[in-house]
Amino acid sequence: MRSALSKTEIESNLVGRFGDAFRPHEKVAPETLSTGIAEVDTLTGGIPRGAITEIFGPRSSGRTSLLYSALAYATAHNEICALVDTNDVFAPTAAAAAGVDFERLLWIRCAANLEHAFKAMDLLLHAGGFGLVILDIGDVAGKDARRIITSWWYRFRRTVENRPTSIVVISEEACTRSCAALTLELHGTGEWSRTRVTHGSLLRFNAIKVNRCRPLMPALNESQFRAQAIS
Amino acid sequence: MFACIYSEKIAPELSLPDFAYAFSPVVEETRPGTVVIDVDGCDLLFGSAYQLAQEVSRRARRSPADGGLNAPVSVAIAANPDAAIHAATRLPGITFVSSGEELSCLGEFPITHLDYALVGVEEKVAAEILETLRLWGVHTFGDFASLPVTGVSERLGQDGVRLQQLATGKTERPLKVKQPAPVFANSLELEYPLSELEPLSFVFARLLHQLCAALNSYALATNELQVELQLENQTLHERRLSLPYPMRDHKVFLKLLLLDTEMHPPAAAVKAISLACEPVKPRVMQNGLFVPLAPAPDKLELTLARLAKLVGEENLGSPALLDTHRPDAFIINKFVLPSKINNRQSAMGNRQCLGLRMFRPPLRAVVETAQGLPAQISAWSKQRSVYGKVIQLAGPWRTTGDWWREDRWARDEWDVAVTPSNKTSTEETGLYRIYRKLDSEMWFVEGNYD
Repeated sequence: MRSALSKTEIESNLVGRFGDAFRPHEKVAPETLSTGIAEVDTLTGGIPRGAITEIFGPRSSGRTSLLYSALAYATAHNEICALVDTNDVFAPTAAAAAGVDFERLLWIRCAANLEHAFKAMDLLLHAGGFGLVILDIGDVAGKDARRIITSWWYRFRRTVENRPTSIVVISEEACTRSCAALTLELHGTGEWSRTRVTHGSLLRFNAIKVNRCRPLMPALNESQFRAQAIS
Repeated sequence: MFACIYSEKIAPELSLPDFAYAFSPVVEETRPGTVVIDVDGCDLLFGSAYQLAQEVSRRARRSPADGGLNAPVSVAIAANPDAAIHAATRLPGITFVSSGEELSCLGEFPITHLDYALVGVEEKVAAEILETLRLWGVHTFGDFASLPVTGVSERLGQDGVRLQQLATGKTERPLKVKQPAPVFANSLELEYPLSELEPLSFVFARLLHQLCAALNSYALATNELQVELQLENQTLHERRLSLPYPMRDHKVFLKLLLLDTEMHPPAAAVKAISLACEPVKPRVMQNGLFVPLAPAPDKLELTLARLAKLVGEENLGSPALLDTHRPDAFIINKFVLPSKINNRQSAMGNRQCLGLRMFRPPLRAVVETAQGLPAQISAWSKQRSVYGKVIQLAGPWRTTGDWWREDRWARDEWDVAVTPSNKTSTEETGLYRIYRKLDSEMWFVEGNYD
């Protein structure tokens, strides 16, 4: 009891000298980068800067669409972006259609070498100055993704801390563990229509319209994906 | 004292200033065929000024192989450069004009031979003044010099006064010294061949330091570094490092050079090293206050070089679409920071497009068809597999092109939704782009809509 009183007395004496040292720090909302999709931004608040954002889900769940949208938004707003493409899956034609400005995009193809991908990420993050750095391991097998050493993610998180760089990781399964500030899990709804364009009535539903015009049979296809934020 | 060397008969391939540098480091090339040198302090090397003039005249007659001009020259020595120029251009051989006695030498020269350009008088103004002097009956330098300065100033202005001083041989001006062209190159011959990179890096560092110091002294930078390594097997290993921005930081150059040498090692041990660079003006750029942060150019270059070493130069850069309908046609350009600000924010709108993940190379597939439409797909590779029942499809879209070339393409494309046969849940449905080659009837999975 005596020691508790002494501590209070000491703190009351010191507070005049050290000001706010004994008050809990107010949490400042992190600066964010828009994904380019209003519904996802409303749901998540955007991609936080100085942190890791993980977008994971199975094939055709909309991860790449969300990625292209974020890239298009970032490059249109003069951010320099880098894409570490582990399995060489980036489609320039689709990205151009989404509005990605290639002049501001550095594309690194790693020929399915996961170690090269992580080393490339490390080099990019230490160079600094990039607004958005993306690691695409969406086609890496689940067992390989689970083997990624956690220290890599901690290293990336520490490198971009207090910097205006956002890291986005695209994967099939969650692998960044506790290092990600924001995790988005996407699920395909399985609904597919040739004529219907569906905008989700709920905020957590989003729809992407595909408009392919080809010489033989112009058609309109749609796919849906559901974004569920896990804070 | 100044010496003017004048000759009209020099071969075009020979340089009079280069010849003059053999006598004095302070050389002014007044015009082609006329140079003025400062001979003060040359007496220890050549004796008196007259002996120097004789030496100049003698050497000029020698052949170019012996450092001569193979032509006779006129040499005049005077207390000021303009008097020396007038004397050398008008009098052949060697002329010595004593200080204070210029008019005794120049006084008889016709006034029309006054070199007005030496005192910066324009041709039109000089022509008017000379015409006025002719009307006054002034025909020689001596006549002009004898006129009162006040009267000349009142009637002909300051240009007239300057011309009178020129005729008198009393002008005072510093020489417009011709600087020898700077050479930004450095080389070193090694005592014994070096086969490892680490000892080589010390030599690179020394040469680059000297090169960058030379660039720095001229306030210049370079965007191309040329490296020549003389190898032990009597071959030459040449490399060119092209930089997107002019730089002069020897530490950055050293790292870039070492990374390049690691990526492109010479075939044998190195005997001699030569480094050269093309000087350009340094990059001066003020970033906007509201422009997002971009990587520092020198750091970016180093990062790109390290990435190129890691993944290969061909796997790194900015993609660019080719002007063709060929599927997945693109090239990769070297990544350079854009200098212009993008103003496309407002034009973007809500351009959401379905993402596509390409399978490179395309996945060979076995497709069962029903009434000509894909019904079942199975495709495997080491990295990925696609198999199942087609539950929805759209297509075909036929594309053909480049039929006159070897690498022509002709195919029918389909977009299909595939569900694993043993699953009932629609969660597992994948959207794929498949195509059938028209010439070989083979099916491929090109990519996955995601």
